[in-house]
Amino acid sequence: METIVLPHLPGQPLQVCLFANVQNAQFLRQQLLDGNANFEYAFLDAAVLLSRQHVLAACFRAINDMLQGRLKSKNVHSEIVFSLSPNNNISESFRRFGVSETTNHILAIKVGGDQAQVEEHLRQHVEGQMVAFTDGALAGMRDESRIRKAYKVDIASVQADAFIIGSMALKGS
Amino acid sequence: MTETTPVLKDRLPIPFNTSPEPFTLVAQGAESLLYKTTFLSPSQPAALKVRPVKKWRHPTLDKRLTRARILAEARVLVKLSGEGIATGSGGRKVKDPKKGDVGAGGMRGMVPAVLGLDWEQGWLVTDWIEGGTVKEAIYRASRSRAGTGVPGVGDDEARVEELTQLLRKMGEVVGKLHACGVVHGDLTTSNMMLRPHATQARSTSTSEGSLDGDLVLIDFGLATQSVSEEDRAVDLYVLERAFGSTHPREEDLFACVLEAYAQGEGSGMKGKAGKTVLRKLEDVRMRGRKKSMVG
Repeated sequence: METIVLPHLPGQPLQVCLFANVQNAQFLRQQLLDGNANFEYAFLDAAVLLSRQHVLAACFRAINDMLQGRLKSKNVHSEIVFSLSPNNNISESFRRFGVSETTNHILAIKVGGDQAQVEEHLRQHVEGQMVAFTDGALAGMRDESRIRKAYKVDIASVQADAFIIGSMALKGS
Repeated sequence: MTETTPVLKDRLPIPFNTSPEPFTLVAQGAESLLYKTTFLSPSQPAALKVRPVKKWRHPTLDKRLTRARILAEARVLVKLSGEGIATGSGGRKVKDPKKGDVGAGGMRGMVPAVLGLDWEQGWLVTDWIEGGTVKEAIYRASRSRAGTGVPGVGDDEARVEELTQLLRKMGEVVGKLHACGVVHGDLTTSNMMLRPHATQARSTSTSEGSLDGDLVLIDFGLATQSVSEEDRAVDLYVLERAFGSTHPREEDLFACVLEAYAQGEGSGMKGKAGKTVLRKLEDVRMRGRKKSMVG
C-alpha cells in the first residue's frame, strides 16, 4: 500500500495497492458493475501495465480531466481505466485494462481517501497478496502480447513507454 | 540561464497555477514559455511548454490556433517515438517502405517523450533532456581550440576530429528525422541537445567540454509532417544558415553534416533520396528559403 501524491495535484493523493494472485476478481468486477458505492476504485489488470510511469500518466490525465469537468466516463476511477486506452472506446478500455473474471493481478487505485481505511477495506475484500508497486513487480505480471495488441506496438518493453504514454496523452484530440 | 527567476504561478494554466512544485523559466519564445519542473514523480524532471493566451487575438481564434499548434507538436513527437515499433495503421510507414525499418530503434531517444498535454489549456509536458545544447558545446570546443594557439597542431587536430564527429551525428539525426516523414522547421544548434551517456553523467568533470553524447532534437513547435524534397532541403538550408552565423569559425566543417545526411548512417536519407535533397538544397541556396509562388 502506497500513497502517491502526483506533482501539481497535491489535492488528489492516490492510494495505490498492487495485489498478486487475486482469487476473487469476479467478485470485484461485480461490485463495479453493481455500482457498489463502497468500491470506489480503479481496478486495473496489472498484466497490461508497463511501468509506474505508465499508470501515473493515466492517473494524471484522469484527474486533470476531472478538475476541468471533462470526464468522459462515470467518475474519476473509471476515467483512470479509460485514460490507459489509446482510443475513445470506453467499454473496450474497461475490457482491456479493467478487472475481468480471468484477471490474476490487480492494481487498485483510489483517488483521495484515508490510507489506513482504504488499506483495511482492500485487505478485507481483495483475496490476494499485497506486493510493492514497483516496475519490477509489474514486469513479472506483464502479458506482452496483450500490451502489443492494446497499443499496436511490436515490443512491449519499457522502450515503448514514450510512444504508449504519448498515445494516451493524445487521445481524443 | 540557470539563474532562478521567480515564476508567477498564477499565470500558468490549470493545474500548474496552484501547484506547490518549483518552476524555472528556461526559455521564452514568441509563442511559448518553457519551464523546468517535475512530472508524475517529484524526482522526475520535466519540460513544461506553455502557450499563453494572446489577448489581442479573438478568443475563439486564439483557442483554435493554440490547440492546433500544441497538437501538431505533440503528434510529431509521439509519431517519432513510435517509429519502428508502432504497428498501427496511423501513417506509421515511412515514405519508402523498402528501407522502412528506420534502424534498430527509429528515432527513440533522439526526441523528447511526451508525458502529458492539454490542448484546451495549451500546455505540453515532455521529459527533461539532460546536458547542454550543441551550440554551447561547440562554443566550448571553439574556446579550447583557440586556447591551444597554433592551428592544426596536436590537440587542435583532435578537437577538429571530435567536432567532425559531432557534425556527422547532426547530419545522421536530421537524415533519420526526414526519413521518418518529419521536417523540424527550426533546425539550429540551440535546438539540439547533447545528452551525456548514462555512464558519463556521473563524472561531470571529465565530460566537461566533451563533444561526446547522444544528440537529441528539441522544440518541434514548427515541425510539420512532410516527405517533400523541397521541405527537407529548406530544413537543411535553415540549419546551414543558422550554423554559419552562430559558429563562423566552424563554418567550413558544415559539409560534414550534409555528407553524413546523404550517407544515411543508421538508415537515414540513404542513396538517391538524400542526393536529391542535396541537389535541391543547391537551388534553395540560390533563391533563399521562400518558395517561389509561381505555378
